[in-house]
Amino acid sequence: MASCSRAQVISLYRMLMKESKQFPSYNYRTYALRRVKDGFRENLHVDNPKTLDVLLNQARENLALIKRQVSIGHLYSAQKTIVEKEPHL
Amino acid sequence: MNMMNRTLSRKLLRSMCGISNPRLSFAQSAVNTVQGQKELIKSRELEKDELRPLYMDFQATTPMDPRVLDAMLPFQVNYYGNPHSRTHAYGWESESAVEKARKQVADLIGADPREIVFTSGATESNNMSIKGVARFYKAKKNHIITTQTEHKCVLDSCRIMEAEGFDVTYLPVKNNGLIDLKQLEETIRPDTSLVSIMTVNNEIGVKQPIKEIGHLCRSKNVFFHTDAAQAVGKIPVNVNDWKVDLMSISGHKIYGPKGVGALYVKRRPRVRIEPLLNGGGQERGLRSGTVPTPLAVGFGAACEIAQQELEYDYKRVTVLANRLVQKIMSEIPDVVMNGDPDQRYPGCINLSFAYVEGESLLMALKDVALSSGSACTSASLEPSYVLRAIGADEDLAHSSIRFGIGRFTTEEEVDFTVEKCIQQVKRLREMSPLWEMVQEGIDIKSIKWTQH
Repeated sequence: MASCSRAQVISLYRMLMKESKQFPSYNYRTYALRRVKDGFRENLHVDNPKTLDVLLNQARENLALIKRQVSIGHLYSAQKTIVEKEPHL
Repeated sequence: MNMMNRTLSRKLLRSMCGISNPRLSFAQSAVNTVQGQKELIKSRELEKDELRPLYMDFQATTPMDPRVLDAMLPFQVNYYGNPHSRTHAYGWESESAVEKARKQVADLIGADPREIVFTSGATESNNMSIKGVARFYKAKKNHIITTQTEHKCVLDSCRIMEAEGFDVTYLPVKNNGLIDLKQLEETIRPDTSLVSIMTVNNEIGVKQPIKEIGHLCRSKNVFFHTDAAQAVGKIPVNVNDWKVDLMSISGHKIYGPKGVGALYVKRRPRVRIEPLLNGGGQERGLRSGTVPTPLAVGFGAACEIAQQELEYDYKRVTVLANRLVQKIMSEIPDVVMNGDPDQRYPGCINLSFAYVEGESLLMALKDVALSSGSACTSASLEPSYVLRAIGADEDLAHSSIRFGIGRFTTEEEVDFTVEKCIQQVKRLREMSPLWEMVQEGIDIKSIKWTQH
């Protein structure tokens, strides 16, 4: 099945990471990056195509969610926190 | 080590009473300042370019998870119907969203959706349970049991009940913050209607043996209410396993919106409550008033997320908490952790730094958002009653700081906090004449304080 191809999974992962980096809020940004990485790592060895389908759909929904929340974050941005050394891009 | 500190500070306190020795004016004036002045830490808004402090106060409230906000927004924008409107699509879609949220909340605590009542928060839920149960069973049962470390809303409701003629027993806690089961068993009388004990304490993070208490209360036919605001979504909770009759849940403690909470009311065996809010009979007549759909939906989403993320979050919080405590305790001596070291939720750490005043440490740690004691008691200047109940000495109670670690805390934040904390504690201790004396090896117990 096309949706289970390795390339698709990797491209989803990359898109999720790219979008998560855009969160203006330090806490949300670090959480999203961490959770996406850990989530994909946790499911590294899933074989069952049905489960894979479900997981990939969840990932796609989360991607849309992150995009929406990133724009909201930009609309209502605040100052940076004290541990952020460089301005995020 | 802890024992020695306790004896030391107790002797110190005793010797401090009635001194006019100028050398000790720091300690005495610190106490006086706290009692005399209104507020040491002035509130002010952040400047435009000022960097925001780190948030380490997760017991006070939590930031909303982006997934929760995402679930709530459609109901703030387009799906704005009243869930109790039965005649049109706006009402139907709103109602189905509220029922979905109800199921999500129920699933988190192992209950049936019909047993969940949406309220405005854990304070309202606590009020409802204590006043509701006590008043309903007033004819035959007159006694309420609670602990000294409960949240202010529980203690205040019990005080009101006392004024109404009920008999209330405030159980003391042991030095580690846990209650004594034997003592509870002895305190339960034939006319006890309700026992109310919180699951996880919001100030010291101690986890009470709720399962044992629940079984005990069920065997004695007494209703058991627990304020689980700090526990739900953080540790596994099951109302049937624990034999809990009433449970209060708060939305904004589990990364949900503020202004919503829930009360779990057991149906079999039925718990009857006299409602606090009367009106249109919503929520099974127990809590009239329009259910705030967006808030309820957000709350439900928060509960679902909490259920999925419970293990992951718990592991992470434990690792970070251990890191914080190990680092602090290895670098500076005379630090006491309040509350039992094992029976606790790791994300709530209450540390007392001897020879340092709490408010001045908080002021010095201005780049980290922390608190000493709970938000609801910080307005008054007394040291927290919870710390007093666990037998912490006055001065150790004054110098306590509560570190909160949550889902969004990073390692960087913990390291920064630890570094700043160590730095400031060392600096404040340098300035303390008491610390000087302790360092010189002077046995404070042996000093004869003379009047000039």
